[in-house]
Amino acid sequence: MSEIVSHHAHGISLQRINAMVLRYWYLLMSSWPRLLELIYWPALQIITWGFLQNYISQASGFFARAGGTLIGAVILWDILFRGQLGFSISFLEEMWARNLGNLMMSPLKPIEFLLSLMIMSLIRLAIGVIPMTLLALFFFGFNFYAIGLPLIAFFCNLIFTSWSVGVFASGLVLRNGLGAESIVWTLMFAVMPLACIYYPVEVLPAWLQYVAWALPPTYVFEGMRSLLIDHVFRADLMAWALVINAILFAASFAVFLALLQSAKRNGSLLSSGE
Amino acid sequence: MQQRGTGQAQAPNQPPVADQDGSAAIEVVDLVKVYKTTRAVDDISFRITRGSITGLLGGNGAGKTTTIAMIMGLVLPTSGRVSVLGAKIPEQRYDVLGRMNFESPYVDMPMRLTVRQNLTIFGRLYAVKQLRERIDQLATDLDLKEFLDRSNGKLSAGQKTRVALAKALINEPDLLLLDEPTASLDPDTADWVRQHLETYRKSHNATILLASHNMLEVERLCDRVIIMKRGKIQDDDSPERIMARYNRDTLEEVFLDVARGRLREGAP
Repeated sequence: MSEIVSHHAHGISLQRINAMVLRYWYLLMSSWPRLLELIYWPALQIITWGFLQNYISQASGFFARAGGTLIGAVILWDILFRGQLGFSISFLEEMWARNLGNLMMSPLKPIEFLLSLMIMSLIRLAIGVIPMTLLALFFFGFNFYAIGLPLIAFFCNLIFTSWSVGVFASGLVLRNGLGAESIVWTLMFAVMPLACIYYPVEVLPAWLQYVAWALPPTYVFEGMRSLLIDHVFRADLMAWALVINAILFAASFAVFLALLQSAKRNGSLLSSGE
Repeated sequence: MQQRGTGQAQAPNQPPVADQDGSAAIEVVDLVKVYKTTRAVDDISFRITRGSITGLLGGNGAGKTTTIAMIMGLVLPTSGRVSVLGAKIPEQRYDVLGRMNFESPYVDMPMRLTVRQNLTIFGRLYAVKQLRERIDQLATDLDLKEFLDRSNGKLSAGQKTRVALAKALINEPDLLLLDEPTASLDPDTADWVRQHLETYRKSHNATILLASHNMLEVERLCDRVIIMKRGKIQDDDSPERIMARYNRDTLEEVFLDVARGRLREGAP
């Protein structure tokens, strides 16, 4: 069958990935409410939590010593949450625009589509989180970038988790239509209490700690506290997070492809409504 | 009319093994699609030769859209086989997607993007060479120039249909699948679209499969008509022979006969 194969039929095409990134870029640039939304919530979050941190650090010796743990946690949580939203909203844009059929009928492959959503998640994250970190520095004197090289490990682990959740949530919407849209907005909040963002793992009941340690973000937030409170970078925690992330990432891809097949069996790709 | 050679997709010019004899742009064998308890497509078979225009006729729920979706690989058959331009669908669909395109009322182009931006993105997805020239050519052919830089959402229904057609032709496809290509268009625009499709087919020796409720459209455009009812093929022939077989003057009358279960006179 080689005679019929177009030059770009096999392998991953950067041109197609670029085309999709360009499509989302055009969309962002054409819509100031979309741009504003990227900055608005992160800015509100950091200001609210920053003042709370200021208040309790005055009243508590522990928080006076552990300066920045709340603000740091808020920023890292936003990387996790906004990373997933950045991925999933770009996907939802295709559902809202009823454009998914056009894409699925084009030579764009699922892996290329997902890679373009990941790139967009990074771009959207940068637009939202960089101003947030500058606000933290300006209002509360917390220099997020002073975390230094460990920040790269924190960031990579969080963004991988956010993509895994984003891929999984997008698969659910692909299979079940826009009726499943609320999952995109709420799924990450199921992780929130167990990932121990604002408190150490020991706070949880013993049995729940096993669940918490199955989640990569738990390692990141524990690692952040270790760095900010004890000034120790726990490379072992980051390595564990990376291993679990690799498993989650592969699993979410497999689930997405299974849901795509199911959508094709079910005939839901051309009817992406409720 | 657009010229071959400007903005061609990066698809090979060689015909596939299965259609080197000039036939079988589409081959459907014993195709069945069951959704839970509904047999949407019920054991249909047909071959569509290269360079032909075939109309898929039938009322709502006849199985036209499901059939086209299975040909495109967007819906998986319950059983049966589909091959398109020599490639098995869905297994080898990425081998031929660059040589196909489609238009359907079930999909839209992104509304906030301008016409030019939309065509640029789809041109890149289809790896169209000399994309700027190709877009200019389509803008001339389909009379898009005056709103090329306007958002898709601000266009009239007729303009949107022309843009969707431009997207469907961006890669100069060998096979064009059209689901209700002139639905919701005024007669003048609909006629204009039909003319363009006819010209495109002739100039590119393209194969067109279109599902339609518009009998005049099918009569005018199609060399062959496949009439479907409740997932089955009720008849399959040229419009003239079908009308003769039913002893009717128009396809619309034939359609009503089939839809209402009237007996055919002299039909096999």
